[in-house]
Amino acid sequence: MSSSEAPPAEAPAEAEPIQAVPVRHYGRWVAGVVILFLAFIVARSVITNDALQWPVVGDYLFDDRVLRGLQNTLILTVIAMLIGIVGGILLAVMRLSPNPLTSGAAGIYIWLFRGTPLITQLVIWNFLALAYPRLGLGIPFGPEFVSWDTNQLITQFTASLLGLGLNEAAYMAEIVRGGIQSVDSGQLEAASALGMSRTKTLRRIILPQAMRVIIPPTGNETISMLKTTSLVVAIGYFELMVAVQTIYSQNYKTVPLLIVAAAWYLFMTSVLTLVQIQIEKRFARGTSRDVVQRQGWASRMFSRGGGNVT
Amino acid sequence: MTPVVSAQRIYKSFGSVHVLKGINLEVQEREVLCLIGPSGSGKSTLLRCINHLEKIDAGRLYVDGVLVGYKQRGDKLHELREKEVAFQRKDIGMVFQRFNLFPHMTAIENVMEAPIQVRREPKAQVRQRAHELLERVGLADKAKNYPAQLSGGQQQRVAIARALAMEPKLMLFDEPTSALDPELVGDVLGVMKQLAKDGMTMVVVTHEMQFAREVADKVLFMDGGVVVEEGPPERVIGSPREERTKSFLARVLNPNA
Repeated sequence: MSSSEAPPAEAPAEAEPIQAVPVRHYGRWVAGVVILFLAFIVARSVITNDALQWPVVGDYLFDDRVLRGLQNTLILTVIAMLIGIVGGILLAVMRLSPNPLTSGAAGIYIWLFRGTPLITQLVIWNFLALAYPRLGLGIPFGPEFVSWDTNQLITQFTASLLGLGLNEAAYMAEIVRGGIQSVDSGQLEAASALGMSRTKTLRRIILPQAMRVIIPPTGNETISMLKTTSLVVAIGYFELMVAVQTIYSQNYKTVPLLIVAAAWYLFMTSVLTLVQIQIEKRFARGTSRDVVQRQGWASRMFSRGGGNVT
Repeated sequence: MTPVVSAQRIYKSFGSVHVLKGINLEVQEREVLCLIGPSGSGKSTLLRCINHLEKIDAGRLYVDGVLVGYKQRGDKLHELREKEVAFQRKDIGMVFQRFNLFPHMTAIENVMEAPIQVRREPKAQVRQRAHELLERVGLADKAKNYPAQLSGGQQQRVAIARALAMEPKLMLFDEPTSALDPELVGDVLGVMKQLAKDGMTMVVVTHEMQFAREVADKVLFMDGGVVVEEGPPERVIGSPREERTKSFLARVLNPNA
């Protein structure tokens, strides 16, 4: 039996229901009118202002260059976040390790990658060849088995991924560490008392509970990453924002093209938010006794059945 | 016959605080030992040493004749690896004051977790046993509830079932009813009584003197990190000899006086 299906508690039939006059929230009504009026002004100007050139927005929304930029934005976001999350978990576990060298190494990584601007890191990865012209695999101070020309190995695409992903890992590490530390220490004791190994405890008991704390800021990070990818313009790579800039620098239709970019970003962010809500639901298992009854907007405005939302 | 637990001159300190100062203790198979004493007397620490949640500083502690947490090679002790400690712990069940159920798993998933993950038993077989255990603690109908949907007493009974699922040869109880509302204490004690009757070897840290009297084979009164008095419950609780035991019992049995 799941508690979410439980019917709301009903007053006993014999008791006479209270027919009280609800509290009138005049302040809410005034604020509502003001907001509706402002919304009307904004909507009117957006529709009637010719400078926005809505037909042009429509022309470019599915333009080839815009779509290719969009594709790059998505690829960069997904792969960079994967690097960030996997690297972040690894770094967080290292940071919490009893071995001082392991936790120290993670600490230095985080210090280095959080302490320098992302744009600097991107440029450094791009110009890695200046410092290390060839990269190879071999035994340190011994023979080298294979080696590559750095400029061929690190393309603008890989430099973008390295820059975005490795930087993200440093931030994710702190988020994951916070999540792990938020889990009650009794959980670790209970798992050890049952004979579970450290790794198994982490994977089966600690991380699933830490996820509840980790997911909301990770959602933030992903949405932020979606927009941060535009920094790759610094090393000559392109994504949605660069594509749009390229187009309006040729045809001077700046405003409608910015609207095109904004619309796509908003669309992707909305999709990501929906995904985040689903994931949060999944990891909220077992956290509440009952589903909280939320009030609809009408009851909050007009106070049908009490309007106390705290 | 080898005692299930044998502690010889156990010492333990946290920094400069000496918590255990030379504790001796023996628990035979099918025996129930109750540890009583004021808070801070070291009884919970002693219990946690038995499954190596705390490391002892001096002395020897054996469970089933095997050193806990160390192994002897020649005349030197070697610390056990984490894996080896885990291996020792799987035969010792533990029940905590704050239940420590896994909140993201249902009652039955809590019970099934360790047999599947640690003993690698087939799922169907474990599920069968988990159902029997939940029935034994009177919670067959709560199998699919999450801990947050259970009362404290129900959670603690699930925790007992979870420990029993590993078929331990020894059960440790760390103040299992101290966090419960008074009307829920009885259910948990009832399950523990039945367990004792079925022949489980148990070490119980408790403030429930009535339970200790009824169930314990031996009671050990601790204060200030030493064993002040020990013996059968009717002796230690019924007619204590030591002044410290007397004053503690007077306070516990008659708190309003």
